[in-house]
Amino acid sequence: MGFLQRLKEGLRKTKQGFVDKVSNVFSGRTNIDDDLFEELEEVLIQADVGVKTTFALIEKLQEDVETENITEPEELMNYFQKELQTMLQNQEGGFKLDKKLNIIMVVGVNGAGKTTTIAKIAGRYKNQGKKVMLAAGDTFRAGAIEQLQIWGDRLGVNVIAQQEGSDAAAVAYDAVQSARARDVDLLIIDTAGRLHTQTNLMEELKKVKRVIDREAAEIAAGVEVLLVLDATTGQNAIAQAKLFNQAVNVDGVALTKLDGTAKGGIVIAVKNELGLPIKLIGVGEAAEDLQNFDPEEFIEALFSSDQ
Amino acid sequence: MIFSNLAEKLQDTFDKLRGKGKLNEKDVKAALKEVKMALLEADVNYKVVKKFINKIEERAVGKEVMESLTPGQHVIKIVNEEMQELMGGSKEEIAISSEPPTIIMMAGLQGSGKTTSAGKLARKFAKDGKKPLLVAGDVYRPAAIRQLQVLGERLEIPVFSMGDDSDPVDIARGSINYAASHNCDLIILDTAGRLHIDQEMMAELEEVKAAVEPDEILLVVDAMTGQDAVNVAKNFDQRLDINGVILTKMDGDARGGAALSIKAITGKPIKFAGTGEKLADLEEFHPDRMASRILGMGDVLSLIEKA
Ligand SMILES: Nc1nc2c(ncn2[C@@H]2O[C@H](COP(=O)(O)OP(=O)(O)OP(=O)(O)O)[C@@H](O)[C@H]2O)c(=O)[nH]1
Ligand SMILES: Nc1nc2c(ncn2[C@@H]2O[C@H](COP(=O)(O)OP(=O)(O)OP(=O)(O)O)[C@@H](O)[C@H]2O)c(=O)[nH]1
Ligand SMILES: [Mg+2]
Ligand SMILES: [Mg+2]
Repeated sequence: MGFLQRLKEGLRKTKQGFVDKVSNVFSGRTNIDDDLFEELEEVLIQADVGVKTTFALIEKLQEDVETENITEPEELMNYFQKELQTMLQNQEGGFKLDKKLNIIMVVGVNGAGKTTTIAKIAGRYKNQGKKVMLAAGDTFRAGAIEQLQIWGDRLGVNVIAQQEGSDAAAVAYDAVQSARARDVDLLIIDTAGRLHTQTNLMEELKKVKRVIDREAAEIAAGVEVLLVLDATTGQNAIAQAKLFNQAVNVDGVALTKLDGTAKGGIVIAVKNELGLPIKLIGVGEAAEDLQNFDPEEFIEALFSSDQ
Repeated sequence: MIFSNLAEKLQDTFDKLRGKGKLNEKDVKAALKEVKMALLEADVNYKVVKKFINKIEERAVGKEVMESLTPGQHVIKIVNEEMQELMGGSKEEIAISSEPPTIIMMAGLQGSGKTTSAGKLARKFAKDGKKPLLVAGDVYRPAAIRQLQVLGERLEIPVFSMGDDSDPVDIARGSINYAASHNCDLIILDTAGRLHIDQEMMAELEEVKAAVEPDEILLVVDAMTGQDAVNVAKNFDQRLDINGVILTKMDGDARGGAALSIKAITGKPIKFAGTGEKLADLEEFHPDRMASRILGMGDVLSLIEKA
């Protein structure tokens, strides 16, 4: 299956709802009127695009109608697609891995899909012939270390771990040292899930990041922070992105669980309001259920009607 | 949060209208626009919001304003009352079977908090003098069994497992014999996370239900869930006829509009709130507090209650 095909397959559920609804809004009516915009509002809000972004989009469209003299609803639909594209543009999927040692630290709220996403990324780069190592930086949640170790066994990837309850920063330190000693290309560090409002846990995360940064600087390794967001999440994803970004400077976002009926519209809000690039999408629980996020293809997959 | 001060906004809207005896349609509409935005910001489902707003409008237009209240406060009062009614009033208990064991089954999307909540319930019932048994029915997620075992060890509560090569239906059946021979009078069945549209996995839950006829089926929902909450709740309820909901991760700053959506769509009560990762972090659900939280205005409500 080609990339686009897989993406479409993975997003089938998302698309079904979205495409049908979006084209329903624009086609089958003769005028651009308040009804149209109200229906569009409904579609966008129900896709979790977010209240603020939804109204910004609608206002922009209303402007377009004025300035461009648009009279046909179908024509407005093209503008709508273009506005969405503009909101999502300027981002690159995946990772470069252009340093001798590349480190990805994965953060996010509880249960978002961090550990599984780590396994997926590890699987991808292992398949590309990279030497990958994982660090069990979630020393808190019951069974978290074992979960990562099972993934490591399945994928044939080394996992650096200490006891449950040990210091996460110490695990990270150990991991960078071992990765360096063993000539690893990619080290992915798991962290415990935490709500962005828990200040002490966010401080702990900063500490882990500081340790990684310090060790990485010494050997000129590349460090990226990947924030994992659950597509089922509503508006709270924006607060999550904001506060995790403040704490540890997020470089990119992975959006998980897009294989459900959640529309994942929060991607648009996160990109639009915070400028954080969406790098990856998760479309299932298996190691191969990972796609690069590509805005063009994402929107195309949302709108193309290949049913 | 933009709409955290809905009360102030409403006050503003109505400041100009002070002294009017009755709530006219135009005033009410203006106020309800703010309420609508607040509800949408809180992730209440769009359709639920629409219905809700229509109902309030019907009730509010033409009403005499109480002397002690401003028109804005009066609208809030009506909104609050309707909200209370929708969310349900009295405390909802878990049905304890007259013939032990009482069987409680957990269900829900991936990462919503089922396993943690199973541990929390076990702790609560043990404190109430019951002899709970935790059952490791998730044979899919890496280290899911281990996670439950760790919780069991911490609580000194037995965990029944048949490993991850067994069928969840057999595990559920097997747990009944185990409970009988170990004097356990309450069984809590953990299940694997699954998408509500995953036919095979949903059928598995139906089979488990048919095999052991649980006294309670609890849907575990993340308080951060967005618009998709209605689809999730509807599907799980249709297939399993759930008895209630546990709303987790309430310790964060999500407004939790999903609670209102789920209640409105399924009519099933929210029985518990998860308020942290620790096993003690389980609380009774308070519909009244939830209403203020969703509206984002605790203080004004208490003000109105005094008036
Ligand atoms: N359907 C689906 N499930 C996913 C996806 N990604 C992760 N999951 C599931 O979501 C659940 C939680 O995933 P984890 O990777 O453990 O999440 P986490 O963020 O590490 O969780 P904590 O460490 O407890 O905070 C698991 O059951 C995963 O199998 C996805 O893209 N689609
Ligand atoms: N802050 C907070 N975290 C919670 C709460 N309930 C559960 N969690 C966390 O959420 C994450 C997922 O919880 P689990 O109990 O593993 O969720 P699950 O539904 O069993 O997940 P799967 O089995 O993968 O579907 C873990 O990190 C838990 O510690 C809560 O009320 N508050
Ligand atoms: Mg994890
Ligand atoms: Mg679980």
